[in-house]
Amino acid sequence: MLDACGAASAEDLFAHLPDAVRLRRPLDLEPGISEYEIADYFRARAGENADGYASFLGAGVYRHYRPVLVDAVVSRGEFLTSYTPYQAEISQGTLTAIFEFQTLICQLTGMDVANASMYDGSTAVPEAAMMAARITGRHRVLAARSVHPEYREALRTYARHQGMPVEEFDYAKDSGAFDLDDLERKIDGETAAVIVQSPNFFGVIDDVGAAAEIAHARGALLIMVFTEAVSLGILAPPAGADIVAGELQSFAISPSYGGPYAGIIATRDQFVRQMPGRLVGQTVDTRGNRAFCLTLSTREQHIRREKATSNICTNQALIALMATVFMTVYGKEGLRELALQNVAKARYLAGKLQTVFTGKCFNEFVVRTGDPESINKALLKKKIVGGLPLGRFYPELADSMLICATEMTRRADMDALSDALRPRLAAEEMA
Amino acid sequence: MIRKVRTHPSQNEALLFECSSPGKRAWQLPELDVPAVDAAEALGAANVRGEIPGFPEVSEVEAIRHFTRLSSWNYSIDHGMYPLGSCTMKYNPRINEVVARMEGLAWAHPYQPESLAQGAMEVMARLESALAEITGMDAVTLQPAAGAQGELTGILLIRALLEKRGNPRRRILIPDSAHGTNPASAAIAGYTVENVKSTDAGVLDLEALARAADGDVAALMVTNPNTLGVFEANIAQAAEILHAKGAMLYMDGANMNALVGIARPGDFGVDVMHLNLHKTFSTPHGGGGPGAGPVAVKKALEPYLPTPRLKRVRGKWAWDFKRARSIGRVRAFYGNFGVTVRALAYILAHGGPGLRNATVDAVLNAVYIRKRLEPFFDLPYPSPNMHEVVFSDDRQAKLGVRTGDIAKRLIDYGFHPYTVSFPMIVHGALMIEPTETESKLELDLFIDAMISIAKEVETDPELVKHAPHSTRTSRVDEVAAARKPVLRWKPA
Amino acid sequence: MYPENFRYSKEHEWVLVEGGIGTIGITDHAQQELGDIVYVDLPKPGTRVEQGRSLGSVESVKAVSDVFAPVSGEVTAINPALADAPEKLNADPHGDAWLVKIRLSAPGELEDLMTAADYESFIGAEK
Ligand SMILES: Cc1ncc(COP(=O)(O)O)c(C=O)c1O
Repeated sequence: MLDACGAASAEDLFAHLPDAVRLRRPLDLEPGISEYEIADYFRARAGENADGYASFLGAGVYRHYRPVLVDAVVSRGEFLTSYTPYQAEISQGTLTAIFEFQTLICQLTGMDVANASMYDGSTAVPEAAMMAARITGRHRVLAARSVHPEYREALRTYARHQGMPVEEFDYAKDSGAFDLDDLERKIDGETAAVIVQSPNFFGVIDDVGAAAEIAHARGALLIMVFTEAVSLGILAPPAGADIVAGELQSFAISPSYGGPYAGIIATRDQFVRQMPGRLVGQTVDTRGNRAFCLTLSTREQHIRREKATSNICTNQALIALMATVFMTVYGKEGLRELALQNVAKARYLAGKLQTVFTGKCFNEFVVRTGDPESINKALLKKKIVGGLPLGRFYPELADSMLICATEMTRRADMDALSDALRPRLAAEEMA
Repeated sequence: MIRKVRTHPSQNEALLFECSSPGKRAWQLPELDVPAVDAAEALGAANVRGEIPGFPEVSEVEAIRHFTRLSSWNYSIDHGMYPLGSCTMKYNPRINEVVARMEGLAWAHPYQPESLAQGAMEVMARLESALAEITGMDAVTLQPAAGAQGELTGILLIRALLEKRGNPRRRILIPDSAHGTNPASAAIAGYTVENVKSTDAGVLDLEALARAADGDVAALMVTNPNTLGVFEANIAQAAEILHAKGAMLYMDGANMNALVGIARPGDFGVDVMHLNLHKTFSTPHGGGGPGAGPVAVKKALEPYLPTPRLKRVRGKWAWDFKRARSIGRVRAFYGNFGVTVRALAYILAHGGPGLRNATVDAVLNAVYIRKRLEPFFDLPYPSPNMHEVVFSDDRQAKLGVRTGDIAKRLIDYGFHPYTVSFPMIVHGALMIEPTETESKLELDLFIDAMISIAKEVETDPELVKHAPHSTRTSRVDEVAAARKPVLRWKPA
Repeated sequence: MYPENFRYSKEHEWVLVEGGIGTIGITDHAQQELGDIVYVDLPKPGTRVEQGRSLGSVESVKAVSDVFAPVSGEVTAINPALADAPEKLNADPHGDAWLVKIRLSAPGELEDLMTAADYESFIGAEK
């Protein structure tokens, strides 16, 4: 091959690089290792994590069972090792699956169109906000404080240099639902979008329709965020939402220490040209057979460059496929049953603990425990990972934690948790 | 002769929604070990939804057959060479999939206590330091979800530093050969994009750069090697010009597969860059994602990196959330950790010398293709190429055959097409990137196919213009798709 | 091919002025360069446009092209047929597929535009 290339040695291939830029030493990395050693290394790392603990963590990342069919499908090289389906004739598998995904998300959210995925729920939120600003020609966004705090952080990072002030409205201290009066006070004629989450970060089911009415009365759009997709198996789709920005991690996507997950944006037909991200559409081939292809691409960066609706290119296709298989496996009846099991488990556990908010919950709720950090430390000794201490995000809730139960949470573990918390709760009450 | 393929049977398959019938199920749930609840009572009657209209109902065997049949309509790396320029479609070792699914890694919750996440944090720290060594940079963040988000992060870092110095400036310079994400990312960071023309040799025009780089320019975003596969030999001088004006050099590292072990951006003046783990470090593309776009920076930019950062506290890993100068988060949690695991596995497998060998082979393969195809296709920029080569369809276009047609004909020969019509500075581009994982046997099959098509263009252009002829789906009507968008299935 | 009573811009728009109202479209040459047109984005009636500034865009599958106002004024009407049938722009760019009507605010600007003959030699030279 070197001969054919007119090179005497491999080094000749790099002769045109200026000497000053060349690295004249070996990279300071260990020599390569074998497959067996690689597995060994990662097994050891995996062992240093929380293996074999019961966990009550949720807060945007949920422990749901992953049906084995999911990995059976996504491990197929045809899906795993293909690129973005630019060449429709040899990508109909991926394209068809994405078309099904878009349809499933529409069915689930009650929206008209859904895109092929965003990086995750947290980036779907700023993308939705930018979309609302383009549609309304306005710039302010108003987000509920009960939207996932890390999503709001991502929103602020994206919005900062686009002349897009992000303001927040509060939650009601009794119910944990958003405070409609505060929303009324803060919304104005410059508000492009009102952003709410349901179930919200505290697990409380919010009245999205009421927020939508207020938003619409002032000419703003309503963006509905969800982090717990399983809730959509039983909860009514968001009434009055103009854009839905959500996270599908609950649909057979491993927690994987924070990613990769898959976000979605869904909206009404009339806003489709302002959507970020890829879209698959139905068409025909030259023989008249149904076929699918990427479409409405003029919205995207490779064509519209700095005027594109988003900079996203690589998305989360394989993860979206996991969610597609998950929705197929559970289907109409299963997703409802799954959601109901989550409600039942959370109700059981909440019934044994002292919940902070009165609002109705799906599978998470806030519990006042007194210093959550030290309680969690004690729980670890019992092989229990407790809830998320809320002080980092909500100083006023520094004495509380967010607790989650899913279909995978066993009754025995819930009993152990409530037993461990009870003496403390009693002590708190006496104090 | 077409040596690689013959038509193969593929089964018909309806959409999920059309295969459903009431009552079929593929799901199982354990018996509930707590009292059942009444949905309306527990959630409020108004909050409870009815049946989800149209949602699928299929059995387990139907589900797996459905997706298996769909999968048979895809081409993939596992089928053969996938010479998509700029995409670095290399083989994805399966051990990486195995380790990413290990329970302690796959089921690690991002909020689990640091004391129970040391393994995950160690993996991230080790990848960060390996990437710093490979790029010659001082610090790395793994937070960005893909290359484009890495670009946004990098430009926000530059903005933050310049703001600190008193003036964030207003413009970002981008060569006309750049990928579309570059200008799109700069715009989100609040900058005006100014295109700079490349020279006739397809590289940075230092004079044009010197003219454009005034006190209002924040940075130049450059891809190196650039999208023609040509190394920007003047990169260090470009950095000097920019630095003299108080501006920075951003490098799009999408093409690092040409440089690993050979040259380091940190050594030629780059201030900040992103890497695409799903290109250079072999994490699978999965039909479009997920990827990861780590950002590597020089010391001066380190304080601005996204929150949180890994730090060492009393011999343990911890997350540092208190970073006053940080640009904030670009996304929730810490990054696409599952992709991190795969990339680190790739680096461990290769080791330092192995990574360098991969680079040499990637360049050798691309140069070999160039030499063998040069007699048949026009090469508008004849500078030495590295890991990819970009031809133009000028010669074939005279006979009415365009790059898109040649690409489709390649499918009949058993290959995925190269990248079509990018970069935009090449008229009718054929952008070919073989990567190091293709054998000479596969390269020769590809080259034979390209030569054969070049001949077909002369003898039977119609054959090429209506390709592919061997696929289950023939050319699709993209115009109809865009004019009357049908973006979801609806019941008839 | 190019009607004598139209005036043409270098950006390949045409304008036909009748009673102070200019009807505006893109030229046959522009339509051919773009290929199959799939979408047309037009301003709302009442919008003020300025000569040389973008008033909307036309899209093919893989390109977006700005439409620049050949004259300044206020948009009085947009062609309602194009929303559902953008392909008309390929079929009849100088007739049925006009884009917008504008009440001219500076009729003198017409002097900046080309006649049919000038435009034909302009596109001849561009090739
Ligand atoms: C040169 C170049 N820059 C940037 C990107 C964007 O990266 P990503 O798709 O990971 O967002 C790509 C790849 O798509 C690319 O080829």
